[in-house]
Amino acid sequence: MFGYYFDLAWRSLKRNKVLTALMVLAIGLGIGASMTMITVLHVMTADPLPDKSARLFYPQIDPQDMEGYTPGKEPMDQFSWIDAMNLLHARKGSHQVAMTGGRVTVRPPQGESRAFFADARYTSSDFFSMFDVPFLYGGGWTADDDDRQARVAVISRTLADKLFGADHAVGQSLRLGKDVFRVIGVVDHWDPVPHFYDLTQGSYHKTEDVFLPLETAMALGQGTSGNMSCWGHGGFPDPRNMKNANCVWMQFWVQLDTPAQVQAYREFLVHYSEQQKMLGRFQRPPNTRLHDLMGWLDYNHVVPGSVQLQALLALGFMLVCLVNTVALLLVKFLRRSSELGVRRAMGASKQSIFAQLLTEASLIGIAGGIAGLLLAFGGLWIVRHQPVEYAPYAHLDMAMLGATLVLALCATVLAAMFPAWRACRVQPARVLKIQ
Amino acid sequence: MTVHPIIAALKWHKAGVLLIVLQIALTLAIVSNAIFIISQRISVIQRPTGVVERDLFRVSQSFVGAPSGDDPASLDKLDALQLADLGILRQLPDVQSVAASDGMPLQGSIWVGGLALTADQKTPTSAAGLYYGDEHMRSTLGARLVAGRDFNAGEILHHTINSTVPSPVIIVSQALADKLYPHGDALGKTVYLDSKPTVIIGIVDRLQVANASTRPWVYMSVMAPVRLDGVNANYVVRAKPGRLLPAMQAARKALFAANRMRVMPDSWGIQSLTEIRDKAYRADRGMALLMGLICLILLGVTAAGIVGLTSFWVGQRHRQIGIRRALGARRIDILHYFHAENLLIAGVGVVVGAMLARGLNVWLMTQYEMARLPVTYMVTGVLAMLAIGQVAVFVPARRASLVPPVVATRAA
Repeated sequence: MFGYYFDLAWRSLKRNKVLTALMVLAIGLGIGASMTMITVLHVMTADPLPDKSARLFYPQIDPQDMEGYTPGKEPMDQFSWIDAMNLLHARKGSHQVAMTGGRVTVRPPQGESRAFFADARYTSSDFFSMFDVPFLYGGGWTADDDDRQARVAVISRTLADKLFGADHAVGQSLRLGKDVFRVIGVVDHWDPVPHFYDLTQGSYHKTEDVFLPLETAMALGQGTSGNMSCWGHGGFPDPRNMKNANCVWMQFWVQLDTPAQVQAYREFLVHYSEQQKMLGRFQRPPNTRLHDLMGWLDYNHVVPGSVQLQALLALGFMLVCLVNTVALLLVKFLRRSSELGVRRAMGASKQSIFAQLLTEASLIGIAGGIAGLLLAFGGLWIVRHQPVEYAPYAHLDMAMLGATLVLALCATVLAAMFPAWRACRVQPARVLKIQ
Repeated sequence: MTVHPIIAALKWHKAGVLLIVLQIALTLAIVSNAIFIISQRISVIQRPTGVVERDLFRVSQSFVGAPSGDDPASLDKLDALQLADLGILRQLPDVQSVAASDGMPLQGSIWVGGLALTADQKTPTSAAGLYYGDEHMRSTLGARLVAGRDFNAGEILHHTINSTVPSPVIIVSQALADKLYPHGDALGKTVYLDSKPTVIIGIVDRLQVANASTRPWVYMSVMAPVRLDGVNANYVVRAKPGRLLPAMQAARKALFAANRMRVMPDSWGIQSLTEIRDKAYRADRGMALLMGLICLILLGVTAAGIVGLTSFWVGQRHRQIGIRRALGARRIDILHYFHAENLLIAGVGVVVGAMLARGLNVWLMTQYEMARLPVTYMVTGVLAMLAIGQVAVFVPARRASLVPPVVATRAA
């Protein structure tokens, strides 16, 4: 039965090539444009650590003075040194990490004249285990190394390749500015998207090439980078005095494995704020938040408005293409009233005519899906060549590829419902008489 | 021509009419909003920086192994490195003028300060982008001085960005002057820059802050008489007219020849303001282009839909057209009939579409930073959609007009 429908559909499509091509093109364009933008959205809203994101939390506290205080306002989204250290040393979570971004001048062994900048991350020791950072060689440092301000460094595979060859980087000396560090680990390719652990650098920033113990980097005065917000009348702090400044510039993450732990941590944050207020450091009433990883990305609006707008535009575009397909299918089916009338007169039921017309539509849908897929590949190629920070991640994965075809098929069959229903309502007697 | 028979005939094609109306309405709603977004992007791209952009370039580099700048002696060493560079650049034959300037319009990173009218004002009157540089900064950038004077050499300080030393004098942009003193008497007034007193000694016509921000204070700029000392040192250079490229190449060579211990990346170590502008707005241009392309295809798809449906109707009414022709209707009458029919359908479509466009715009305004859709866009969109309908219907309508009267006499 299906083979027969397929045969009929094929003949019918061949009979009017222009109309068929027009429909395939309309569906292809709609699917291509919307899948391009949906893929970009899909990549941008991806979970950077699917296995662990539900257990990683970003706390917020409100350390500011009463100036400009409005109850209910969201607290600051970074930490001062003192608060970050207090939370770190309180050890209320399974793991916790305090960190900040930085930029270092790498002086390669090949010669001073080739010195270059690299992005760095100054972090406490739990960073690597908390975020499941894959090591190619060696490993991270211990909390003890951090406290002792050990001059050790972990570098990316790319940087290791460039400087020493990744195979023998561990144990080498790494010269950053005027200081020398011993390389103790090489991180394999690791590029979480978005750059969730520090969104101030740009949500789709690339993973840093150099990791240094936080205390070491601060003691040596390696330059920090990222956003800094200060309050009171101190202005921007002296780099040597960052630890005491009324400024937030650090990120803090905590791993909480059970709901009980999460609850306990919420209470701890309130308790901590009250305690700091009693000590006179804080002035505002406790105003705390605890977002899990995905919640934190959401709170920070990591997906830019322009991308959402483009996705909306693409969906609107697809809607128009579908309406267009409905119109063209209506034309196509109604034009064949007489043929359908003959089939009805010869005993075909309404259902079988309906099924036959839908088979025809699904053929168009599949062709449109393939055309859309090609257009989406082209569209994503264009997106990858855009100067936006998420550009390198715009790739079609298998799931999206399947989704494209299924979407095209479903959309077309759905669009064919009404024209097919109209077409099988023909009165066999009437069309036969006219002929 | 009366409208009544057209409406009566369309009653036989309710579904088709509805589909065309829907398609025209959706297309109008989407396209008018998209074009509006594009035009907003373009107006952002085209706004002036206030500096003379031709022949201007920026040098951005860091000294490797430079002194820390923590104590006065090492601060002087840092400053000497910078002064040496400025001297080298000044001697190049293709260079017209050179200045120490941390900022450059559109370049990206920006220092922000708050300006207040009194010492104990809690919230500043305005935020402003800060340009730190020496006495040649304003003239090299080419910002037009409309009141007051330039810095003189004696006023130039040098310190790190973290220093708490106040700048006794500043030059502000006209926009900032007007914000601080709406009566136009800002010159010579004492204001408070990050709570420290300073006197406005000059006003420039216009100066965009150092990034491509779309914030309301985009033209609120302050020039402070400070050569910023630090590992990074940035200069602005104006080449002699038409000598931009040779000057840029010579600058790179001369700086490296004088001191190898520096990092000056190929990609952004030395770049002209034209390149900087290009990079700053590349994403906006890309988005405008993409949206424009989608709009164009959308209009094409809608036109194709109209052609498809009208062709079908013409085929169906073949005999009726023949009868009308046999009864004396001229070709032009048949042509007019289909054009009028399309105008009627498209007319309903654009009315619905205009309402949809407005609704979409209102919704977008609640979700994103979006202005109200101007009436001119709506009217232009409506006229464009009607025109597209008329053009699209021409081919099938012409075919209809060619139906010979003899068709009427043939048996059905």
